[in-house]
Amino acid sequence: MMRLPPFTYVAPRTLADAVTALAEHGPAAMLVAGGTDLYPNMKRRQFEPTVLVGLRGLRELQGVRGSGRDGFTIGAGTTLSAVAAHPGIAREFPALATAAGLVSSPQLRNMGTLGGNVCVDTRCNYYNQSYEWRRAIGFCMKKDGDVCLVAPGSPRCWAVSSSDTAPVLVSLDARLRLVGRDGERTIPIGALYRDDGIQYLARRPDEILTDIVLPAADGWKSAYLKLRRRGSFDFPVLGVAVAVKLEGDVVRNARIVLGAVASTPRPAEKAAAALVGQRLTPELIARVAALAAGPSKPLDNTDFTHPYRKKVTRVFVARALRAIAGLGGGAAVEEVA
Amino acid sequence: MSKNQFSVIGQSLPKIDAWAKVTGETRYADDLFLPRMAYAKLLRSAHAHARLRAIDVSRARALPGVYAVLTGADLPPVKFGILPVSQDEEVLCTEKVRMVGDPVAAVAAVDEETAEQACRLIAVDYEPLPALMSIEESLAHPDVRIHEYGDGPNVHKNIALQFGDPEAAFARADLVREDVFFYEGNTHLPMEQHAAVAQWGADGKLTLWSSTQTPHYVHRVLGRVLDLPAAHVRVIAAPVGGGFGGKTDPFAHEIAACHLSRRIGRPVKITLTREEVFYTHRGRHPVLLWIKTGFTTQGDITGCHLKTWLDGGAYGSYGVASTFYTGVINPVTYKMPVYKFESARVFTNKPPCGPKRGHGTPQPRFALEVQIDKAAEQLGLDPAAMRKRIATEPFTKTANHLTVTTTGLAECIDKVVEASGWLGKRGGRPARGPRRRGIGLACSAYMTGAGTAIYWNDMPHSGVLARADRSGSVAVLCGATDIGQGSDSILAYLTAEVLGLAPKDVHVHPADTALTPVDLGSYSSRVTLMCGMAAIQAAERLKTALFKAVAPKLEVGPGALVARDGKIGVPEDWDKAVSFARAVELGEAMHGVLAFPGAYAPPKRAGKFKGGGVGPSPCYSFSACVIELTVDEETGEIEVHDVWIGHDVGRALNPLLVEGQVEGSVYMGLGEALMEEQVFRKHLHKAPSMLDYKSLTTLEMPEVHTLLVETDDPEGPFGAKEAGQGPLLPVMPAIANAVYHAVGVRIDEVPITPDKIVKALEARRQGKPARVGPDRIPVFAFKEPVVVESAFGQPADAIVTRPFQP
Ligand SMILES: Cc1cc2nc3c(=O)[nH]c(=O)nc-3n(C[C@H](O)[C@H](O)[C@H](O)COP(=O)(O)OP(=O)(O)OC[C@H]3O[C@@H](n4cnc5c(N)ncnc54)[C@H](O)[C@@H]3O)c2cc1C
Ligand code: SF4
Repeated sequence: MMRLPPFTYVAPRTLADAVTALAEHGPAAMLVAGGTDLYPNMKRRQFEPTVLVGLRGLRELQGVRGSGRDGFTIGAGTTLSAVAAHPGIAREFPALATAAGLVSSPQLRNMGTLGGNVCVDTRCNYYNQSYEWRRAIGFCMKKDGDVCLVAPGSPRCWAVSSSDTAPVLVSLDARLRLVGRDGERTIPIGALYRDDGIQYLARRPDEILTDIVLPAADGWKSAYLKLRRRGSFDFPVLGVAVAVKLEGDVVRNARIVLGAVASTPRPAEKAAAALVGQRLTPELIARVAALAAGPSKPLDNTDFTHPYRKKVTRVFVARALRAIAGLGGGAAVEEVA
Repeated sequence: MSKNQFSVIGQSLPKIDAWAKVTGETRYADDLFLPRMAYAKLLRSAHAHARLRAIDVSRARALPGVYAVLTGADLPPVKFGILPVSQDEEVLCTEKVRMVGDPVAAVAAVDEETAEQACRLIAVDYEPLPALMSIEESLAHPDVRIHEYGDGPNVHKNIALQFGDPEAAFARADLVREDVFFYEGNTHLPMEQHAAVAQWGADGKLTLWSSTQTPHYVHRVLGRVLDLPAAHVRVIAAPVGGGFGGKTDPFAHEIAACHLSRRIGRPVKITLTREEVFYTHRGRHPVLLWIKTGFTTQGDITGCHLKTWLDGGAYGSYGVASTFYTGVINPVTYKMPVYKFESARVFTNKPPCGPKRGHGTPQPRFALEVQIDKAAEQLGLDPAAMRKRIATEPFTKTANHLTVTTTGLAECIDKVVEASGWLGKRGGRPARGPRRRGIGLACSAYMTGAGTAIYWNDMPHSGVLARADRSGSVAVLCGATDIGQGSDSILAYLTAEVLGLAPKDVHVHPADTALTPVDLGSYSSRVTLMCGMAAIQAAERLKTALFKAVAPKLEVGPGALVARDGKIGVPEDWDKAVSFARAVELGEAMHGVLAFPGAYAPPKRAGKFKGGGVGPSPCYSFSACVIELTVDEETGEIEVHDVWIGHDVGRALNPLLVEGQVEGSVYMGLGEALMEEQVFRKHLHKAPSMLDYKSLTTLEMPEVHTLLVETDDPEGPFGAKEAGQGPLLPVMPAIANAVYHAVGVRIDEVPITPDKIVKALEARRQGKPARVGPDRIPVFAFKEPVVVESAFGQPADAIVTRPFQP
């Protein structure tokens, strides 16, 4: 079987100790929360840390605080199962509960954390392969090589942002609390992500994500739709997160964010702007959905063909909006025949 | 025979190994640990096609913890392969590699990590050759030869058979259809990755434990390639965690472990990674098919002409048999008076294809069943009624000289039609919203065991030894391998039934070439029938001996005795019946040791023409399948709701096990129909992991309604026929036909994926044919056909007394 390489495991009990340990070991170290992404990647030698700083023992990273009215603060170490099952989150931010509940499989959601999901590595089917496979095909620039196999000649890596919760959190305007050697800072989640398959996070090397902070629900409605081959286990190859703030039946504010079509969660700003001040009619939804598919630029490095992923973007945006508008044919598509 | 005649047969009992399996007691090959054991790894080629210039293992040998490093140069220069006609594999390649994953060196070390590290230290100098990755490429480049043998450049096998005059048959038809289909390759995906432990003893004898479906064939190969008398080789098949045909060949890793053990004087274990299993493969051939069939306005078939091209991969494996199987079984299902079949298997630089559940027959089945659906629509016939009308008659021969004994196909069709509400659902389709329901049907037939062994011989195909113990138990020794299908259980049930015991009183000792009589292996759905018949014979002989000994004691003739409820006695005077243990004591006193053999060989029905040996079987199972699903017209996504499957199993020896086989077949068939594909990118497997190689999860699994039909076949043990492969066959075409019913597009290839459906719907919107599928066939010269008179409709020969009867 594929085996883990040897490494040192550091098990700090406090956030401060964790920050110190991370700083002390420098680039040789990586953080591990649930390990559901990290350990498989280590087996395939995509990651080669010699020290792992474990976050499981940190009480400070656990649990959900707050309310819909004041907003929730979710500890980065909270499991995806706990996020999906949280009644307040399910009520006020259904898109987040849905996205967390659609990640991988039940076993992995019991281990995997929201923080790990926010920080999870970008994916590419030339990269998520064993060491032997990558060596045979020729290493690419994301690990051990210097070319891109998807887009030869490209100076950058196009690995795909494949987190289910990231586009949702961006659409909800979440903020992140990061703690590092020089203290803490809180940033809008959009500022964490960079459109680069390799340097996909703007996190400083010594920083630990401690909290995901959701604003007050305040009339926002949200929905998330995920495209993948099977109903479980699979990463998204398209995620559509939609958040709309309604006043009566008029849209006051809206955000549409696409997952798994770029190296970063990709906001469809023009489409969202076209909603503002309007009523959510089927005609408007069709027009906005077509606009939203614009920024969807998938490449051939995930499951399904990329033209197909692009086509479904339009369908999913329309369905998410219809669900929010309470029109038929929305997210929970009812049986017609 | 009515059911209540039996005590064990017909009952839904748990498998005898169910407890061990679910509690983790079962010891698979990888669970074996021997003292001083070393661990092995193979270095595999990173090139699809290359000459080997040099291999430098010095750095690997120098690594601490490494016991031995072998290359092809260290081994006897002998090739191997499962079929005598395709001896084309090397344990470690010497001159060339023919696919990514070909083994080039073997390492034994103190642990797996060290062995793996050593592999990375081996330097191989390759001279790359052009890689041929498809049927078209291989045929287009005769100058680049993957093998030197075969029926032409890169053509492994080229065959043509003709029964009757197809042109005359088409002239008689009211409708002649020609269609082209493509069936993508896919793999077995067993839960257990192959593992083997070799122990070359200090006495110079070798024992190999392996996760294999065919210990007897492995035994034969080892004797030859190891340069060791076969008499000093013992092969034990460990319980197999899923085979499906993927563990039916002798493999390089097994032989390499033996060589390493001999070299270092330690037991050696080798366990493949999941990725290696994808390259070891021997799975479903990708097949391109052209099929031309003539129909009358009533739906009768006047004749059929089928051409198939198989993408064989880099080695022969079972490929010659696979080639025949893409043609020979179709005529078993429907009345097909005239039949012509041409086929070619082409070598490519990919992992070798071979037998996967249904071996060679799902591809032509898909073509025929989808074509019949199209014809039915053109003729304005109901596809179910049409198929029922043309179902073959019992106890007749097919055009290609196969003997059909019983057939319950018509009854299977009736059952699924009724249970699914077919007639009501075929009618009007509501056309509102993007989600459209559809319902489709297909049928099939499959062999219950191949009529010939892979090597020509007159010996039994299956042998059983039954030994009664003074404790009242019976030990059953049989070479069969339980690969999860329940063959150990069947042996216990049949023995228990004959001797009036409970299955728990029977101890089954399977698959050990030093102890058990030969069984050819767990393939071609042969085990229940062949081992079953042998077990019945052995148990009957034992019973006769016991009756002889008990009779004087009870002062009756042996003919007055019966064995039931663990006793032997006279039914009218049951109080005096003696316990089975007592009967054994009396028996031993009279006869000595009570050990009796049973043997089985299938009736000799091979057609008297070249190629007539592939296809005959003692009897055939039949299946009919209806599938209801929804297609989302906007996303192309398919949701399968219900599968109704009628299966003629002859007799359900244990209905629970039969249902398990049917459900497993449906599961596997849906995977092939909807998502599984063994595809390559830049010569490498595109998705060699269980995450990326898509197969169904429990969430995609629909409700399966199994409807068993019992025809009590005179050839089978208590009338039983096969259940392990046949029910897979109609699933893929039933999906295709249901998709057409739902949204009116034809996907003439598998897998039927959402993007293809969206593409076909778009084509329709643009006024083009609403179809995705191949439209061209290669320019290729098949052999001059062997022309034989059609045997269609001839009565079956009498069910003859078999060889090895008492
Ligand atoms: C078979 C399989 C299927 C999967 N399917 C999906 C899917 O459908 N959708 C999906 O989104 N993901 C999927 N995943 C990936 C993964 O399971 C999830 O993303 C999970 O949420 C990761 O969380 P974790 O706690 O296990 O992270 P880990 O594996 O522990 O860490 C992931 C990354 O985040 C970093 N990290 C973790 N916590 C912090 C922190 N507090 N601060 C800073 N950095 C941190 C780690 O250093 C590492 O780089 C799948 C994984 C597998 C193996
Ligand atoms: S996008 Fe290119 S560089 Fe990035 S992981 Fe894929 S192949 Fe490598």
